[in-house]
Amino acid sequence: MRLPGDWEMVVGLEVHTELKTATKMFCGCANHFGSEPNTNICPVCLGLPGSLPVLNEHAVDLAMAIGIALHSRIASSTFHRKNYFYPDMPKDFQISQYDLPINSGGYLDLPDGSRVSIERAHLEEDTGKSTHLGGTGRIHGADRSLVDYNRSGVPLVEIVSGPDIRSSAQARAYASELRGILIATGASDGRMEEGSMRIDANVSVRKPNAPFGTRCEIKNLNSLRSLQRAIDHEALRQIELIEDGGTVRQETRHWDENLGETSTMRIKEEAEDYRYFREPDLVDLDPDQRWQDRIRASLPAMPAERRAKLKARLVSPAQAQLDAVEVVIDLGLESFANAAIDAGADPALAVARAANELAAGIEDLKNLSAEAFSATLLMEQRGELSATQAKTVLGELLASGGDPKAIAAAMGFEQLSSDSLGATVARLIEENPDEWTRYREGDEKLAQFFIGQVMKITKGQANGKAVIAELQARR
Amino acid sequence: MTSPLRREDVAKVAKLARLSLTDEELDLFTTQLGQILEHANDMSTLNLDDVIPTAHPFGLINVVRDDVVRPSLDRDVVLAMAPDTEGGRFAVPRIMGEAP
Repeated sequence: MRLPGDWEMVVGLEVHTELKTATKMFCGCANHFGSEPNTNICPVCLGLPGSLPVLNEHAVDLAMAIGIALHSRIASSTFHRKNYFYPDMPKDFQISQYDLPINSGGYLDLPDGSRVSIERAHLEEDTGKSTHLGGTGRIHGADRSLVDYNRSGVPLVEIVSGPDIRSSAQARAYASELRGILIATGASDGRMEEGSMRIDANVSVRKPNAPFGTRCEIKNLNSLRSLQRAIDHEALRQIELIEDGGTVRQETRHWDENLGETSTMRIKEEAEDYRYFREPDLVDLDPDQRWQDRIRASLPAMPAERRAKLKARLVSPAQAQLDAVEVVIDLGLESFANAAIDAGADPALAVARAANELAAGIEDLKNLSAEAFSATLLMEQRGELSATQAKTVLGELLASGGDPKAIAAAMGFEQLSSDSLGATVARLIEENPDEWTRYREGDEKLAQFFIGQVMKITKGQANGKAVIAELQARR
Repeated sequence: MTSPLRREDVAKVAKLARLSLTDEELDLFTTQLGQILEHANDMSTLNLDDVIPTAHPFGLINVVRDDVVRPSLDRDVVLAMAPDTEGGRFAVPRIMGEAP
């Protein structure tokens, strides 16, 4: 979206990601989404008097993995108490990192070539989850609230970008690339719909080269689509406000996905109102070089590198194929595409089938082996399956696994014998003399007409290449 | 030397900590906390350029545990301690604003 006049937006993102550990940050309760309410709780995460936190080593591993992937500096860090009263935080404080975070600085390069700086990526614990009953269901109309502390104390890393983002599309690209990195490092499953990755956006507007304007922080962005819409809406709101002679007030705003607008949640408090002070029950965290090197050595290739590698396998790719590569990398499907290409499949076909058919069935991916995927594509390439049949076989493989050849046979996808295909083509030539004449005179587009007719008659069972062969034999 | 503690500073901190103080208590705590701060300010007169800040006297770092699940509490026992529950959750009076 273009902003009116010469207005420019300035955006920084705070991304919270839950870490994929077995246990919580400071206690041995299971870190598991979807458990029965309040079944993963203990004195530590309930904040009962006398309980003491002990840091989860694997949470530190994952926080460092994120830092290394973002080119951050890992340094000696400390934990602080962020004090506030709210029922989702039974201790009445959240343990977080304040002036000395584990990861400082860094950057993230986006596919479009732009670079967004990273200010910090620090460790903190998640809060419990409250559900608001009565009224409108929204927080202000609720009669009472119910709290589940299973999430209380789940390890989080908060990744804070610099105010370098200049459009909602760039914000989306940043969040998407960061999500890919979080998944690649194994730090997070990146499931925004389950809240394991949550984004707050700081948005302000300014004229070119003017100092930054007053910013508003937008909360509740739980999809990439919401992120992009909310940023555009908020920038326009601020511009209208300023052009009408008003001033932007620094505040926290809530994004309502249904209304498509932001509204005031609360006026931003001063940072010191949280009365941060050192958590006296935890000692400094200072990972030595050996610990850092162990994490660095264990990191797999990041999305940017994997994307470049897969693109390099395509021969003079069209834009649609490059887009398909993005999908394949975003969904982590390149092991399938690469295996098929290694087995001799056309790279463009391998990428297309992965980006479409595999992406559509991604929930069932566990049923499909790379071998079965490759075998199906090779059958398609050899003309043993039509494109439609190959897609059906992939769908069946995703649904229940098995052997592609056996599935094709069981579904009656024996290729139409050339005799019956030839007879069908001959009949169509007789019935469509004008089209046939134009095809014979060199209008290759008419081949598509005949293929379409054959597909209609055979209900999509024929192979397009075989039809062309039959046509050319009679030309 | 920082400026001396004012009565309104104590009132503000008390409010943030959800403490309700009488006028007499405010006066008393302003005096007492002021003395503590004054004592802490004595440190500012020392030259501590070569001293590394420490938060603990123990000299320990990296106290961590393995990422291994341990049994949680029995939910019924925990919920029995709460004033009000519903559907396995703690029930609390309605929340007026969102979490900070």
